[in-house]
Amino acid sequence: MLSTWTHIRRSPYQSLAAVLTMFLTFLLGGMFFLATVTSVLVLQFFESKPQITVFFADRATQGDADSLKKTLEATGKVVSTKYVTKEDALAIYREQNKNDPLLLEMVTADILPASLEVSAIDPKYLSELEPAIRQANGVEEVVFQKDVVETLLAWTNAIRIVGATLAALLAIDSLLIIMTVISMKIALKKEEIEILNLVGASPWYIRMPFVLEGGLYGAAGAFLSWIIITGLVLWARPVFLSFLGMIPSVSLVLGSLGSAAFLLSVAGFLAVMLLIGFLLGSVGSLVALGRFLKL
Amino acid sequence: MIRFNRVSKQYAGLVHALSEVTVEIKDGEFVFLIGPSGAGKTTFLRLLIRDLLPTEGSIHVDSWQVETLPPPKVHLLRRKIGTVFQDFKILSDRTVFENVALGLEILGKKPQEIESRVSDVLELVGLSTKKNSFPRELSAGEMQRTGIARAMVGGPSILLADEPTGNLDPDTSAEILDILQEVNKIGTTIVMATHNANIVNEFKKRTIALHEGKMVSDEAKGKYHVTKKRKSAKG
Repeated sequence: MLSTWTHIRRSPYQSLAAVLTMFLTFLLGGMFFLATVTSVLVLQFFESKPQITVFFADRATQGDADSLKKTLEATGKVVSTKYVTKEDALAIYREQNKNDPLLLEMVTADILPASLEVSAIDPKYLSELEPAIRQANGVEEVVFQKDVVETLLAWTNAIRIVGATLAALLAIDSLLIIMTVISMKIALKKEEIEILNLVGASPWYIRMPFVLEGGLYGAAGAFLSWIIITGLVLWARPVFLSFLGMIPSVSLVLGSLGSAAFLLSVAGFLAVMLLIGFLLGSVGSLVALGRFLKL
Repeated sequence: MIRFNRVSKQYAGLVHALSEVTVEIKDGEFVFLIGPSGAGKTTFLRLLIRDLLPTEGSIHVDSWQVETLPPPKVHLLRRKIGTVFQDFKILSDRTVFENVALGLEILGKKPQEIESRVSDVLELVGLSTKKNSFPRELSAGEMQRTGIARAMVGGPSILLADEPTGNLDPDTSAEILDILQEVNKIGTTIVMATHNANIVNEFKKRTIALHEGKMVSDEAKGKYHVTKKRKSAKG
């Protein structure tokens, strides 16, 4: 370990280059990871919602809703229906925005539509049910969760592909930088390596400081990016809560900074980042050692 | 015990650096390996620590067959054999103590044991007062004594010295020889390559002479026979 620290201290600029490259890799990789996790949570949230939500116009009566409900149930293709009154809609809205008093003040039951939530026995029946719903009295808008889910899925996949590609490219770049830095260190330490080899040091005694050095660059880069990402998440927490607060896991983690869920998530994220950083750096070192250090 | 059995070493495209050398050196012996530059002395020593592999023949160090030793075990052989180099091979960024301690750190010894054993060895080579000095603060003789201390701190059964007095004045050379004799007295086998005739003639130890890769003599209390090549070089 002492030997590793000496290696780092004696060529600070090379070490800084390696840490900064790792930092950028993990900053981007970590942010895309969080974006992917969030998009998956959003997707799961919408998938768990009723398959069709029928919004009624203000002029529609309770009778219109009951009539549609009976029509749909009579088809035998519906597993459940639930009528949500304007007052129920207001209660849901209040629950979702309980942390933002300004949003609560501006909304009353009058401006929220009543709705009928419908789940079909099988998604294939949705298209068969659609004409009956659209022709029913008082119906203003029909929202198919399938459309929402498909749009979200497309976004999620795009985020995953772009994120994974960029993270992979940066990871390769980091590996090459670590390999270059460690190769230079091996060249600088040529005399010491020769002496250690001649006096009977085991191959791993000679290699280990270089492996640890690469691992430390990775871990240091990962740690710095964790600080920045955690800081950004805390800074943007109110925005996340207002947009994604209705998703249970998001509100559980971000709801309270002192909660076990938040602390565990932050600590777990750090542990995983450090582990991957250390492994990435060590692998870079091992490749360089394999190429340039023949013992 | 060291045994060379018909050992030859040929470098690519060159003549034999060592040719069919057969010799046995018993435990605790002090042996001079003499010959002019290019005679094969360094090749002999490098073969012993498997820094080189023989082209033909076999080499034994105690129960180890050197040339067939798997690469991951070579360091174990080198721990049995301390080596002193003409160019000292001392790390310039470490103190005398740290350079000597290297020989124990690689063995994974504890700091207290390292402190104690390094102090003992520095006492033996007369460097106790210089333990915190860096190589740039040392004379050539002191650097060589540091090299000897490092080579013997791990308690090797064999100590190889490749021209250890090559860069030293006669008085300092004699001091180094005295130290090597002390090391020999505690039971360590010494094989010292040299072309210093004065030392060989003064200390009267077993002397193996090499010339152009061939072993030309092996005398119990040998003398340095000046070769024709050397005579002619001197005119």
